[in-house]
Amino acid sequence: MKHTVSAGRKVFVVFNYFFLGLASLLCILPFINLLAVSFSGSTAVAGGEVNFLPVDFTWKSYEFVMKSREFVRSLGVSIERVILGVSVNMLLTILTAYPLSKEKSVFKWRGVYAWFFMITMLFNAGLIPWYMTIKYTGLVDKIWALVIPGALPVFNMVVLLNFFRGLPKELEEAAFIDGAGHWRILWKIFIPLSKPSLATVALFCIVSHWNNWFDGLILMNKPIHYPLQSYLQTIIINPEVIMASAAGKSDYTTLLQFVNTRTSRAAQIFIATIPILLAYPFLQKYFTTGLVLGSVKG
Amino acid sequence: MERIRKLRELPLHLMLIPSVIVILIYSYGPMLGSIIAFQDFNPVKGIFGSQWVGLKNFKFVMDIPGSMQILWNTLYISFFKIVGMIAVPVTFALLLNEVSKQRFKGAIQTMIYLPNFLSWIILGGILLDILSPTDGIANQILGVFGIKPIFFLGDKFWFPVTVIVTDIWKGFGFGTVIYLAALTGIDPSLYESAVVDGANRWKQTLYITLPGILPIIVLMTVLSLGNVLNAGFEQIFNLYSPQVYDTGDIIDTFVYRLGIEQQQYAAATAVGLFKSVVSFIFVSLSYVFAEKFANYRVF
Repeated sequence: MKHTVSAGRKVFVVFNYFFLGLASLLCILPFINLLAVSFSGSTAVAGGEVNFLPVDFTWKSYEFVMKSREFVRSLGVSIERVILGVSVNMLLTILTAYPLSKEKSVFKWRGVYAWFFMITMLFNAGLIPWYMTIKYTGLVDKIWALVIPGALPVFNMVVLLNFFRGLPKELEEAAFIDGAGHWRILWKIFIPLSKPSLATVALFCIVSHWNNWFDGLILMNKPIHYPLQSYLQTIIINPEVIMASAAGKSDYTTLLQFVNTRTSRAAQIFIATIPILLAYPFLQKYFTTGLVLGSVKG
Repeated sequence: MERIRKLRELPLHLMLIPSVIVILIYSYGPMLGSIIAFQDFNPVKGIFGSQWVGLKNFKFVMDIPGSMQILWNTLYISFFKIVGMIAVPVTFALLLNEVSKQRFKGAIQTMIYLPNFLSWIILGGILLDILSPTDGIANQILGVFGIKPIFFLGDKFWFPVTVIVTDIWKGFGFGTVIYLAALTGIDPSLYESAVVDGANRWKQTLYITLPGILPIIVLMTVLSLGNVLNAGFEQIFNLYSPQVYDTGDIIDTFVYRLGIEQQQYAAATAVGLFKSVVSFIFVSLSYVFAEKFANYRVF
């Protein structure tokens, strides 16, 4: 059969490519603009000359930001919370998903536990009681406030649970006959077989810990305990703070010729984006498979 | 027999202990703590020492001028977000489906999926910069076409519009990827027989592609119903300012200001409890519908 392409189809295809190209540019141009601003001289930025390429290219804004003690300290807090938080998340996610992935014939109490966790997905008590519970348990101003209350990400646990369920039952039964207990089966069979799924869940956890700013903002009274995103929240709301802290210090005077509020803010925002950009290829690959695993099943 | 079964189950109970403790304290604890919505709560006296006042806190909040407006803003913003978050990704997936160059398709997906993984701090910072009426690039571009600068985040009309559009901007890549995944599941032989019957691409889209992804569209729609009272705290909190409270203040931002800033714990908890109960009904219904129409089960 001969392929005939109508004129209408041709017009559509051209329009389609144009439209999709434009729309996706709209998604990344803001980031390119940000990058350009962060690498530009302050005079050019203030004069509105910077669009998508740096003008008067300079690293000075980054130098300025890395000299800021608040910025570097909050970066440290963020790294600490990601390491602690993701470790605890993974431990609890695995330990919860395994028992819940059992059939009722193997684990009689499965249904009761499943409802116990399910209810937390249906009913969220709200900000104030949550805040007060954390306060009463003495976690405020401690790094554990960012780790313990969200130690079990229920949605991720469900993703892993569904993956565990898909593993062949025969392996487990054979191991059981050989005298292996549940701990051994989990450690020797389930975990090695679930590496892709565990990677997905770990990525979910890393991104959510890295991106979370609200808990840091309200659970930490002292700004020295802020993780990076909470600290960025304060400078976005009040960008003059960082400039004011630098003004009058002699080692900053040369830098301040090249840096202003907008360029330093752009540099800080970009640094906070780097980990996500590095993880992005993996995120793209695993997020959909992970979600499909977790949701749509027959 | 019974003893052996119990012995074999023991490790499973042990594994669950840490999670049960954490959830009990930090998820069920706050549920119990919600009762302060019915108290004249005094932090010094605590939950057990404060006086019960019935529905006084709820009345107090309803009498605050503008509280009905806040409910309206929440519904208005979340409604258009829900609609947009279905329409835009479906359209995008259908248009991408017509692209034959795989590399172009992949590049587009990579670009539109990125904002989804960034926090509202990052995106808020970027938006504050590009939407600025004085030196933001958005208004510079509008200026080229002779349009006067628009104060997107400071104007009562434009603020909710900007919030809706930018939220869809952030999230539509995710939906698009989901629908594209669903498209690959459509049986190719359906298209072949449609071509034999003389159906053009438009007819194929209308009668094969769209019905093919309809179950996923229904599922996503139903699941988003649980968000009717979630107009997007993280986004609005970072973008709003007192001059747009009239149209941009939502339940969650109101609870934050009332509870955390003004420390009116009981009143803020009352508002939060109202939201929790309504959301609970919607989320539960959405799961019931999802199971009924799309055979979707969480556990």
